Amino acid sequence: MSVVKLADMKVGASGVVEALAGHGNIQHRLVDMGVVKGTHITVVKVAPLGDPVEIKVKGTELALRKNEAAMISVAVEGGRQ
Amino acid sequence: MDNAATIKIALAGNPNCGKTTIFNNITGAKQHVGNYPGVTVEKKEGRCTYENNSLLFVDLPGTYSLTARSLDEVVARNVIINEKPDIIVNVLDASNLERNLYLAAQIVELGRPVVIGLNMMDIAERMGAKIDLEKLGKKLGATVVPLVGSKNVGTTELLRAVMEVAKKGEVIENAEVDYGPELEPAIRSLSDMIQKNGSIQYPVRWLAVKLLENDPDVLNKVRVIEGTEPIVAMAQTLRDSLKNKVDLEFCFAEYRHRFAVDAYNASIVRTGSNDTLSDKIDRVLTHRILGIPIFLGLMWLMFTSVIDLGAYPQDWLDQGFGMLGDYLGSVITNDQLRSLIVDGVIGGVGAVLSFVPLIIILYFFISLIEDTGYMARAAFLIDRIMRACGLHGKSFIPMILGFGCNVPGIMAARTLDNEKDRMVTILACPFMSCGARLPVYTLFIAAFFGATGYGGTVLTAIYILGILVSIGVAIVLRKTAFKGETEPFVMELPPYHIPTIKGVLMHMWERTVLYLKKAGTIILGASILVWFLTAYPMDVEYSQDFDAARDQVTETMEMEQAAILQSYGVQSLEDDAALNTMYESMITTADADAEAADAEEQDVSDVAQAQALEEKPEYPAGFADLQASNPTLYAQALPLFDAKVKADDATAALDDQQNSEKLSQSYAARLGHFVEPVIAPLGFDWKIGVGLVACTAAKEVMVSTLATIYSVEADDTHEASLVTYLANDNSFNPAVALSLMIFSLLYMPCVASLAVIKRETNSWKWMFFSMGLGVVLAYVFAFAVYHLALLAGLGA
Repeated sequence: MSVVKLADMKVGASGVVEALAGHGNIQHRLVDMGVVKGTHITVVKVAPLGDPVEIKVKGTELALRKNEAAMISVAVEGGRQ
Repeated sequence: MDNAATIKIALAGNPNCGKTTIFNNITGAKQHVGNYPGVTVEKKEGRCTYENNSLLFVDLPGTYSLTARSLDEVVARNVIINEKPDIIVNVLDASNLERNLYLAAQIVELGRPVVIGLNMMDIAERMGAKIDLEKLGKKLGATVVPLVGSKNVGTTELLRAVMEVAKKGEVIENAEVDYGPELEPAIRSLSDMIQKNGSIQYPVRWLAVKLLENDPDVLNKVRVIEGTEPIVAMAQTLRDSLKNKVDLEFCFAEYRHRFAVDAYNASIVRTGSNDTLSDKIDRVLTHRILGIPIFLGLMWLMFTSVIDLGAYPQDWLDQGFGMLGDYLGSVITNDQLRSLIVDGVIGGVGAVLSFVPLIIILYFFISLIEDTGYMARAAFLIDRIMRACGLHGKSFIPMILGFGCNVPGIMAARTLDNEKDRMVTILACPFMSCGARLPVYTLFIAAFFGATGYGGTVLTAIYILGILVSIGVAIVLRKTAFKGETEPFVMELPPYHIPTIKGVLMHMWERTVLYLKKAGTIILGASILVWFLTAYPMDVEYSQDFDAARDQVTETMEMEQAAILQSYGVQSLEDDAALNTMYESMITTADADAEAADAEEQDVSDVAQAQALEEKPEYPAGFADLQASNPTLYAQALPLFDAKVKADDATAALDDQQNSEKLSQSYAARLGHFVEPVIAPLGFDWKIGVGLVACTAAKEVMVSTLATIYSVEADDTHEASLVTYLANDNSFNPAVALSLMIFSLLYMPCVASLAVIKRETNSWKWMFFSMGLGVVLAYVFAFAVYHLALLAGLGA
């Protein structure tokens, strides 16, 4: 178990949301979309230009920008990121 | 419940849950689209009759939540709280149930009777999911009706369930969200206090939760109610004491999620996790290498379809209105009335309708792109580039459409969910150089840069300037008028769907009607105003009596022809049938030739070419055949024909001169003179001022106005003589041409664009802002470029 930023996770990696940093609208939007502590999350793909990233959460595919992904701390299995 | 009373139903649900399809299935064409007062959020209402009951459906904006974080959410929530619909129908996407239940948790809290429409059952089944409807209903305290919106399955059952709940009246069986051991006591004591107050109309428990959550919108509304100070104070005290135990910012949301997860786990019999067709399509369309080329290809297809395909019906409409105008022009004898009807009204209606084909085709594509789910992918692909301009990935489509025509570009900004992104996109779009501005550029480039070989460079530079100004405007607006907290990009990538034909058609129809109703009237009014400015006053003092001069020309011709006939020993043409036939054939041949030349577009790229085009051969090609058929008669008829041509040319010259004199004394010209001191630093004289006044109706009008005022026969496809004229006119030079082209590019949007801006922003303020911004930027850039060009020696 190690905690990493969602923005640093590789495509295909998954884990459980540990914490949400930052504040305000972005955070609340993420919460509304189901990104809350304890939710399982998977990185599906990265856009061709390197940003945004696509994640899967609660059966939904979400696109978010890297700077938004950097606010999400995820606990991933073992050393796999 | 009284059968005669209308039952009011609010339709709520997540974006992409198929809510609009359900709404269309229920109400059909009986819809009304408007705006909620004071905001850009659209209000859609529709009616239907079920078993003699009249039902009114309000389609709420699609939201993921009901906090006060976005305008859509506040609007949706306020409809439920203030208008107290008899029933809320919450549409849930069965294939994405867990996330959808989060909104359901907030809807049951609002204390209105709820019916759950579980949509997209077919997709859920295909994914392998199975849902126990009864258990789900029990968890939410509401009836659950399975639906397949795309196939219109379950609509009647939904209406039946709605009626059953309506008959029960005000019995609320909604489930309660459990907020846990820390929050519940606080909610209860605050609820008791609210209950005692009695004067507050809001659902009690909901209000207590919202006050503890510190919801700014609710707080403001409660504060203005008398006697609520103790309640607000108590909420604050409770918050202070809870602060140390829980994370107040998120704990409410977490418990709602728990409620959703609990309801989901209880009702789901089997989860679906099949790799769907949607996933396979997505792997191609957002491919690392192929994704962007495919996107650009689709954009190209849409652009060429809207602009190029749209040009055909636009031409037909143009011709139709032209013929109607010609016909009415020949029927109406009163000069003033004729001008009003033919040039004012028909011109204005034509201007309004000419955009309709573009809008229909545009919305065909937008519906496809949106309903299939590709729009979100397009934004995903291109967001990185658009963000650099302070815009959202979805802004790409409006901006690129702006190149063809700003009107569909501005209308396409509706696809942006975020208010600020939408406003910035709408205001930045008009600086993209639309197709109507091209005739102005080609005219001046041909006259002043064609021979230099820099024509293409100048044209490209103008387009690039438009893009740069557009980006600059977007960045500045984002940092000033529309700053504030960064808006989250966080965007759902919904599964791909096959759109329904009905949905696409209704979308196209709805947008077209809205355009005609809201923008059409403004365009018509403004077009008539511009016509009035250029056509009035009618009773101008001419330098000569043009009617008499024209009569004189005809008289001279008749005398000349009579003299020629006399030399042949013929009294009049009617006496010599053969000669008359030959003469008539000559006229017919010449007319046909002129018509053919009209139909053929003449691309004039420099002055030499323009002069060559003007030096036409003396007689049309068909005359050789006439000569061969009867050389003697031909030789006899030719002088008669020459006399007629000479007279026609003289009459046309008189017409042109009269039009020019009339325009020179019109109100538009007075405006031109009035602004001359202001525009003189840009190298413009009052005549260009007239062009600038006239081209507010449509940008391409600049060319025909200049042609009229210089009394040369020309329009945007036949500009040869105007090119030559301008090149030789002393008041023009390359510097003025550059200045004018840049001014035309940036100057205020045409009336159609302005009308659409008014409609889309729902505000006169932003429409006038757009006008002012255009004028200021045009002035600054034209001034700078003019003076730089003078320094570079282009002023001669």
